[in-house]
This record gives sequence, structure tokens and C-alpha cells, in this order.
Amino acid sequence: MSAARPIVDRLPRRLLVVLLILVALLALYPAYGPLLFPAKHGFLLQRLTGIMIVAVMAMSLDLLVGVAGLVSLGHAAFFGLGGYMLALLSPAYEGANLWLALPLTVLGVAAAAVVVGFLSIRTSGIYFIMVTLAFGQMGYYFFNDSRVAGGSDGAYIYVKPTVELFGKTLIDLDDKLTFYYVALGVLVGTYLLLRMLLASPFGRVVRAIGVNEHRVRGLGFNPVLYKLVAFTIGGSLAGLSGFLAATQYGFVNPAMLSWHQSGQVLVMVILGGMGTLFGPALGAFILEFARLGFESITDHYLLLMGGLIIGVVLVLPRGVGGWLLTVTEHRPADPDQEAP
Amino acid sequence: MDLWILLIQVLNGVQYGLLLFLVASGLTLIFGIMGIINLAHGSFYMLGAYLAYWLAASTGSLTLSVLLSLPIAAAVGYVIEALLVRTLYRRDHLDQVLLTYGLILIFNEAQRMLWGNDVHSVTIPPVLAWSLKLSDTLSYPVYRLFLSAVCGLLAIAMYFVITRTRFGMWVRAGAANRDMVAALGINVKLLFGVVFAVGAALAGLAGALSSPVSSVYPGMGDSVLIICFVVVVIGGVGSIKGAFLGALLIGLADTFGKVFMPNFASFVVYGVMAAVLLWKPRGLFA
Repeated sequence: MSAARPIVDRLPRRLLVVLLILVALLALYPAYGPLLFPAKHGFLLQRLTGIMIVAVMAMSLDLLVGVAGLVSLGHAAFFGLGGYMLALLSPAYEGANLWLALPLTVLGVAAAAVVVGFLSIRTSGIYFIMVTLAFGQMGYYFFNDSRVAGGSDGAYIYVKPTVELFGKTLIDLDDKLTFYYVALGVLVGTYLLLRMLLASPFGRVVRAIGVNEHRVRGLGFNPVLYKLVAFTIGGSLAGLSGFLAATQYGFVNPAMLSWHQSGQVLVMVILGGMGTLFGPALGAFILEFARLGFESITDHYLLLMGGLIIGVVLVLPRGVGGWLLTVTEHRPADPDQEAP
Repeated sequence: MDLWILLIQVLNGVQYGLLLFLVASGLTLIFGIMGIINLAHGSFYMLGAYLAYWLAASTGSLTLSVLLSLPIAAAVGYVIEALLVRTLYRRDHLDQVLLTYGLILIFNEAQRMLWGNDVHSVTIPPVLAWSLKLSDTLSYPVYRLFLSAVCGLLAIAMYFVITRTRFGMWVRAGAANRDMVAALGINVKLLFGVVFAVGAALAGLAGALSSPVSSVYPGMGDSVLIICFVVVVIGGVGSIKGAFLGALLIGLADTFGKVFMPNFASFVVYGVMAAVLLWKPRGLFA
């Protein structure tokens, strides 16, 4: 693990341009989408919204895996909990008040993350992976086996949350276009928030823990506390992502919490490039687009997905994000990062 | 609770635990010696089960097909180690996770292409297809006893190989200090290949043996994989003894969880693991 942590304080200018172009492409999609894909525009708009929401979760997991060195296989528990909080907070036949539902959801998920984090951070390495898996699965079975919110059948959210001010609806999340831009805003906002966090003194300590925890302890910091705060922030952001996913689909079920979901997002993070923040978001787009593309070619698309993943591991050791960083970097980076 | 019912549940729990041990022992050795987190290990279990189903249907003999599936699973394991896993020894654990995750997708899809999406059942050979009468109303299937006996014998055999033979010495040395073993001039490449192949064969054998009890279905490797990781971690990574005790603990916890708290049986297994790791953060025998 050691040296190749590609967190950089300032992105290479060319990479910044590439990322801005990608964001602009997303922002303008509703304008050019109907022209390019007249038959599938609505479907693609919906898919893109979904991918942006998952990308938020991937970035939140990157804070744990790529930055703090906490490989969690239970991250989907917070994603699912966020969705279930919305389902439980929504009155039966009217939309939940976003001003109330969103903060309550994030707070609730944060509280769960504090508890899970407090218990699991005592362990490290593969043991941490497994403890987080265990808590994730316990969450899954809690919603699957108990009668809270529909058990294994899941629960519907009939009316989406609204943003009202003095009785006037300001933002209608039921409108697909509005919701698309909300998701895009959250995606970009989360990225900027996490970058600011990593540039702060707190973020520097968390990054240092990911590189060498013993030295951080030696410098007089308490790594457990920093890791716990990072874990809580990551969990809360995953909860936010789950809240949005539940809003989009109007439906929650226990599969949202399952380890399959955690594993898929972990794959996005590793494939996208751990510790680069933008990489895992790209990973979400790459994997989902690959799935869409392969699905349209063959029924056996998983074969191609598997091949793609194995190919990336063999060819791009630092993931797509790490590769992009190397390619766009002007000066040769330090020898560690140049090694294949 | 009736004593006989209790006995039946204990036998079931032990049988499940011993079966888990066959899969988990390979997983823990591969991690302990080679440092590889092999997510595709459950796929070998699935491979064994499907081979048993397929060969039994074509040869007509489950015994023969179980014996045939053993070398096939070993060969597949050896080839995968030589082609893919070998490139990852010096890489981050997470790269291994990613690569073996890709392998799971390929295995699952290959299974679907070869054998379809149906659930299959495998008939027990007539010699073993009878039940032991315990009381007027209760009986116990002999095949399950046979299964426990085979797994138990294999566990004992494994114990002797590991503690008494030269190969076992290398394995123990490898688990303790990989680099030192290489420095002592032992052919590490071969050792790794053999350990991986043996692990695959054991998992395949477990799948083949359990096929008459648990039926053969798509994705069966995934759930076994996760449970076996639980077993490995409870026992302490790299410890065969730990895997054995962990497997029995999980087998019994799962069986009795289903009896006493049918709604939260799976909860019990993960609860046991969380409790063990909170008590001993590196497993029982690390």
C-alpha cells in the first residue's frame, strides 16, 4: 500500500480542464441529449442521475479507503440507512419536508456511523474489512427480517420530498430535470467539500494516518479520534447519497444495504483510483457505462465486465484516476509514482 | 427441548461447520501464506457443485463425479494462479480484491452460460440414501453423517500433513514469514501454486460433497465466500486451527440461531463475529 498515494494538493492544470469539460458535458446534457439520443434521452437522463448519486457514495468511500486507509465493506449500510430514514420520515400520502427530512437523515446516519466506527476502528487491515462487513450485514438483516418498513419487500415513498417556503413549492424533486441538476449539484458540491476537508489541518492529519499511522501517533495526535471523524463524515455522505437514491426511485429495499452494494462501490473506488476523489467518481461512470454498453451487446455482459475489471488491474495499477494524474502531470513525478 | 432434537441440531451444526472448514482452510492458507485475498474462492465451491451435478448426470455415479471434480478444480485453480494471481503478489491487497472480484463475475457468467439459471438437485447414491432411526418420530439421514465423517477425516489428514511432513513445514514457514522461506531456497513459486490449487480443490470438494444436501444454484459461491471469510477472521488469518474452531463455532451458531431465533439467524452469525473481534481484534489464534 505505502508510497503510491496519489492525493495531490493541486490537480495538474490539464487534468483540471478535462474534469471541467466532463462536468460541463453533464451540465449541458439536458440540452444536447434529445438531439443526440432522441429515442433514449429520458432513459439516459434517469441513468445519469442515478450514476451521479452513486458517484457521491463512491467519493465518500474514497475518503475512508483511499485517504484514511480504512477499507470498509459495509459502506452500503449507511447508504441504505439514508434511504430508509427518508422512507420512515415520509408521511403516507404527502411529501416529506426536505428542510426537516434531510438534516434528520444525515444526523441519524451520522449517529449510526459514530457507533459502528467506534466499535470497528479498534481493528485494522482485513479485520476491519470483516467487522464493517459484519455490521453492514447486521443492518441488512435488520431491515430484511424485521417488520420495520416492509421487511424484505421494501417500502415505497409515494410522494417525493418538497422544498417549501411560505407554502410555495420552490424545488419539486418529482421533476426529472430539476432532480438531475440537484444530483449534479450534490456531486460537484461533495467533491469540493471533500477537497476542502483534505486541505484543512484536519484533512492533513487524516491523510497522514493513511500513509503511516504510527508516525502520526508519534507526533502526538490521537489517530482513533481522527479516523472516527473521517468514518462519520464518509458515512453521512453515503447516507446523503442513499437519501437521494431513495428519492429518485421512490422505493427502498434491504438490498441497498447488502454487501454486494458495498462491494460494487468499492470496485468503483479501486478501479477509479484510490485517494484521488475524482477517480472514484469517474469509476462510477466507467463501470455503469460499461454495463450499459455491454448489456446492449450481449446477455453475458458480466463476462465482459469481469474482463474489463481484470484488465484495469493488470494495466493500470493505480486505477484510472492515478493514470490520469500521471499522464497530465508536466514534470516527471517522484520515482515512486512513475514505477508501473 | 427434546434430547434427540438437540442431538440432531448439534450434528447438523457440526456437519455444516466441517463443510465450512474445507472451504475456509484453503482461504486462510492462501491469505496466510501468499498474502492474497481471494474473493474467487467461493467460485471454486460453486464449480465443484456444478461439476458434481453435471458429471453425475452424465456418468450416473456421484462418487465418480466427486472424485473427478477434485482434479478439475485443482487444475483450474493452478491455471488461475499461474496466469493472474501471480502478477499480484507485490501489489496492494485491494488490487487483489478487484482482480478476484472480476474473476467472480466471469465465473458466475460462465456458470450461467454452461448450465443455465435453474436450480438443480443431485440425488444421493443409494448406498447412503437411508436414515438412521433415532426414536419413533425422528431419524437422521446417513448421508449427512457420511459428509461429516469425510470432512472430519480430511481435517485430520490436513493436520498430519501440516505438522508432520516437509511440505507442511514449508506451509507453516510460509505462513510465518514468506520472505524468509524464499531466502532459504525453497521454490516459492511452486509452493504458492500448489497451495492455491489445493485450496481450490478443497473448496471444489466441499461444493461437490454438499451438492446432494444443499442443491446446486447460481450464485451459491458468493454466500459461502462471505461466511468463510467470517470463519477465517474469527479464527485468525492464516491459522488452520483457528479456521477449524471458527468453522465449528459458526456452524453451530447458524444452526442454533435458526432453531431459537428463526427470524434473526443470519444476525446471529455476524453478531458472533463482531463479538469475537471486539474481544480479540485479530481473531482467536492470530
